[in-house]
Amino acid sequence: MTALVIAEHDNHAIKGATLNTVAAAAKCGGDVHVLVAGSGAAEAAKQAAQIAGVAKVLHADAAHLGEGLAENIAAQVLAMAAEYTHILFPSTASGKNVAPRVAAKLDVAQISDITKVESADTFERPIYAGNAMATVQSADKVKVITVRTTGFDAAAATGGSAGVVSVAAAADAGTSSFVGREVTKSDRPELTAAKIIVSGGRALGSSEKFTELLTPLADKLGAALGASRAAVDAGYAPNDWQVGQTGKIVAPQLYVACGISGAIQHLAGMKDSKVIVAINKDPEAPIFSVADYGLEADIFTAVPELVKSL
Amino acid sequence: MKALVAVKRVVDYNVKVRVKSDGTGVDIANVKMSMNPFDEIAVEEATRLKEKGVLSEVVAVSCGVTQCQETLRTAMAIGADRGILVETAEELQPLAVAKLLKALVDKEKPELIILGKQAIDDDCNQTGQMLAALLDLPQATFASKVEVADGFALVTREVDGGLETVKLKLPAVVTTDLRLNEPRYVTLPNIMKAKKKPLETVKPADLGVDVAPRIKTLKVSEPPKRGAGVKVPDVATLVNKLKNEAKVI
Repeated sequence: MTALVIAEHDNHAIKGATLNTVAAAAKCGGDVHVLVAGSGAAEAAKQAAQIAGVAKVLHADAAHLGEGLAENIAAQVLAMAAEYTHILFPSTASGKNVAPRVAAKLDVAQISDITKVESADTFERPIYAGNAMATVQSADKVKVITVRTTGFDAAAATGGSAGVVSVAAAADAGTSSFVGREVTKSDRPELTAAKIIVSGGRALGSSEKFTELLTPLADKLGAALGASRAAVDAGYAPNDWQVGQTGKIVAPQLYVACGISGAIQHLAGMKDSKVIVAINKDPEAPIFSVADYGLEADIFTAVPELVKSL
Repeated sequence: MKALVAVKRVVDYNVKVRVKSDGTGVDIANVKMSMNPFDEIAVEEATRLKEKGVLSEVVAVSCGVTQCQETLRTAMAIGADRGILVETAEELQPLAVAKLLKALVDKEKPELIILGKQAIDDDCNQTGQMLAALLDLPQATFASKVEVADGFALVTREVDGGLETVKLKLPAVVTTDLRLNEPRYVTLPNIMKAKKKPLETVKPADLGVDVAPRIKTLKVSEPPKRGAGVKVPDVATLVNKLKNEAKVI
């Protein structure tokens, strides 16, 4: 039994989500191999070899693997799939993009967003926006899985000493091409990896207020900024700040929800946080049912006061 | 140019589902059902492309029980020209749906296939990608902008950290994200008109597809409950509790 983890990286460095996926792979039993498919990604492959618990790193390098196009990455994974019983991807935008493609080609079902490994063929995953947990068993010969990163502790990024093996790159599918990327600039911690998150909702009223009120608090706490879908749809915050079923799933040490009512969709993305603080002037807001500490107050007075007292 | 749009009948997104006490699943008897929100966006996008003159026909497809006809009628009220129901009482998993859709794509030969990015019941986020793989077609998932011209689709995708644009050779598979568009309200006259649009019914066996589930659900349970929290009277108490009780700051 050997598991293959598809590393998430930017051709220079391994991304944090890979470490959680390695941890989940280790729980499936057997050796863990990591595939680094990219363009000029030797440095990322070297980093992957340092991850504790990794037995071997496979490094495929070609220009057409550089931008992570699903067609090409899936072909690369399929070229080496025969030797593995488990193929795991982090449940990030790129993992979710590629994994089902691999599964369909292997004619196996894919298991999405697992939060627990019960045994080599049995896994737990949330359904209905996290309102129910399903324990599922796969009878397929290969298990293709995406791993909810907040469900597993990250493997140590150092301490491993795996060998790096170069593998031949699969051919370019040639049906799609990368055009461009628009990255949201931020010098804050990454949302999914942050220890503390300050999140705002519709009650902020405008993009200016959102920044004006929440930035000082996030700065004080060294926190990442998040937002509810209502705030994102209203244009107060960029798309990739959205926390929820259809946005990012987070589980920080501290989640501060400011002016967020707490719709099912939003709770699905943050209810595994260690401590939840809710500041809302509506005493009936559903967010108070999951908050460890609830403060019934106007955010426009409470948040500045909170900043001052920190 | 023809488009095929896949729609799923799911528990309405406003309903808070309850887990059955015997742990066999969630209780969906007598619960309001609707079209999966991402699929509404898919139908809307196809309709808009038709209104722009890019598409000539929009075919809506749904797989599942007889009542999925209602979901197809909704799609036709938004703007789909006709519907196909693949009727079965079996539990359908994404791989089976992808195979059924592949069979229909082989028959209908659409140049654009649009699906929602995920269904809000199983939260899988697989079917579009699986369909693209089975058809050996390029895919653009999590689309927030779609432009079709000269045999290519230029799609902006929502990815971690921002947006990404890819160019796909048609035919291609696109899955919708929330911000692609705002689906229109269906009007009464359009609902009436939708009743007259053709709706064809086929069985999985007619398409030669084995839909047996591959994944067995052993049990469904309630998620762990959070301990009851406390309301604090003021900011000072909150800071004090965070520092000394929860020790998170």
